[in-house]
Amino acid sequence: MEMFRVLRPGSSTTVQDRGRFGYQHLGVPPAGALDDFSFQAANLLAGNGENEAALEITFQGPTLEVLGEGYAALTGAEMDVALNGLALPCWRSFRIKPGDRLKIGRARRGLRAYLAVKGGIDVPLVMGSRSTYTAASLGGFRGRPLAAGDVLFRGEGRSPAKTAACPVDLIPPLPGEITLRAIPGPQDDLFEEGLDILFSSAYEVTPEANRMGYRLLGEKVPLAHQAPRSIISEPSLPGGVQIPPGGNPIILLLEQTVGGYAKIATVISSDISQVAQAKPGDSIRFERITLQEAHRIYRDRKRLLDRLREAVLSA
Amino acid sequence: MKRVPWTEKGPVFRLAGDRGLLIEFGDAIDPEINDRVRALARLLEKETPEGVAEWIATYRSLIVVYDPLQTGADRVKEAVLRLLLKMPDLVLPAPETVMIPVCYGGELGPDLKFVAEHNGLDPAEVMKLHCEPVYRIYMLGFTPGFPFLGGLSERLVTPRLTSPRLSVPAGSVGIANDQTGIYPIASPGGWRLIGRTPLRLFDPGRANPVLFKAGDLLKFVPIPRDEFDRLAVREGSHGDV
Repeated sequence: MEMFRVLRPGSSTTVQDRGRFGYQHLGVPPAGALDDFSFQAANLLAGNGENEAALEITFQGPTLEVLGEGYAALTGAEMDVALNGLALPCWRSFRIKPGDRLKIGRARRGLRAYLAVKGGIDVPLVMGSRSTYTAASLGGFRGRPLAAGDVLFRGEGRSPAKTAACPVDLIPPLPGEITLRAIPGPQDDLFEEGLDILFSSAYEVTPEANRMGYRLLGEKVPLAHQAPRSIISEPSLPGGVQIPPGGNPIILLLEQTVGGYAKIATVISSDISQVAQAKPGDSIRFERITLQEAHRIYRDRKRLLDRLREAVLSA
Repeated sequence: MKRVPWTEKGPVFRLAGDRGLLIEFGDAIDPEINDRVRALARLLEKETPEGVAEWIATYRSLIVVYDPLQTGADRVKEAVLRLLLKMPDLVLPAPETVMIPVCYGGELGPDLKFVAEHNGLDPAEVMKLHCEPVYRIYMLGFTPGFPFLGGLSERLVTPRLTSPRLSVPAGSVGIANDQTGIYPIASPGGWRLIGRTPLRLFDPGRANPVLFKAGDLLKFVPIPRDEFDRLAVREGSHGDV
């Protein structure tokens, strides 16, 4: 059914799900929600499974005219949200009806917010996913960010009887200084003192920060003396910290499939959500951890989402 | 059909975050090393270890992506080492050869003259040298379906543009240093464009969204402009011209 008409699109609002997996060998990157935790939380609060398509809202949010009955939730960055002029809290589900006007403002803290509706945003499945990959005009709403006048549909689904709120301790904090946990490799052997520099310096997020990658500025990371300037191009996974010859690190993200420079370390998958909320000017540090610790964090995070699911069901 | 030569030296395993394991068979762009990559991909396809979600083959390595809730890097490594024991008995099917029609020069290949002059050749020689080899597709990436090809003639090596074009039309065939490739979708790019194919290399609506896969062979076939236009209409790619 018809759900929203876009009155103002915001700075970049796209349809995303958890990503398009299994096609990277063809050069198709996963795309998907950059802050996967907030994305899944929005879906659970809206009474969905974790992977229904939702809106990823970057920096300046959209203004939407509501066209149908619905049940929605907004998570992620802290944004001013108003329904018919009245402020709405984030991380809590709410009802909407035809004629309502949902205005999502500018990010006050963090950068990306997620708006999920019961039933999910209804766009065609392309190669197994509803995520938008704008560089190839693939998936999502016509392969592009939303524009004024677009009409979005939602899938079937009856609104739950009660609204639900996320337990406060499950809401991730949004500090302006973040610490990303990372595992050395795959090419940590091409670095010597570079490893100590990366794990002991503060880096600034530059304006060149998007869904492909985040370029950082700070203490330059040198390659080892005998190391080659570049490596034979190989696929990159999200979180890879690539060091080009200039020495300024780049965190590779979800719309990147290959890289030709050595990757000194890889940010753990659980911390990509933190990158998603970092904006130009924010400060990033890297903390070295082991694979075992990373897997423990991965399991813990899964348990947080399980707790949220239970909280929603028992609301 | 051929057998992959046995090597005493095992691969190098490298951690790629908390979900990835990189398996490296050598440090060179070399058909024999690439055959080992193809062989492991084939073995993974036949007997996918528990918890392995996908794998991506490259020039000389393969990345395995796994689910940390189901398995771990050590278990994936053990499973890969067990699979590699089967490599001497594996018979790799002959790679498919994909023919790509290309109209060289003119407005479809605006840098053909530059490539010719840079290498002291005339445009017809560039075309001939570019069509002669059977290229190996080592990897797909950069944009959906972009093939990284091995086998460009040393006489065609040409540096990239100093300032990349903001938009290169889909189907453009280019040269960058010792590499040649095809842009499957319109994208920014700095390769020297010598021609264009009317084929739609990437179409997400097709059962096979990309016309070829890593490990296949590729041959360029020169076609005249009227043939290009005819095929472009058939392919529905004429709107891109």
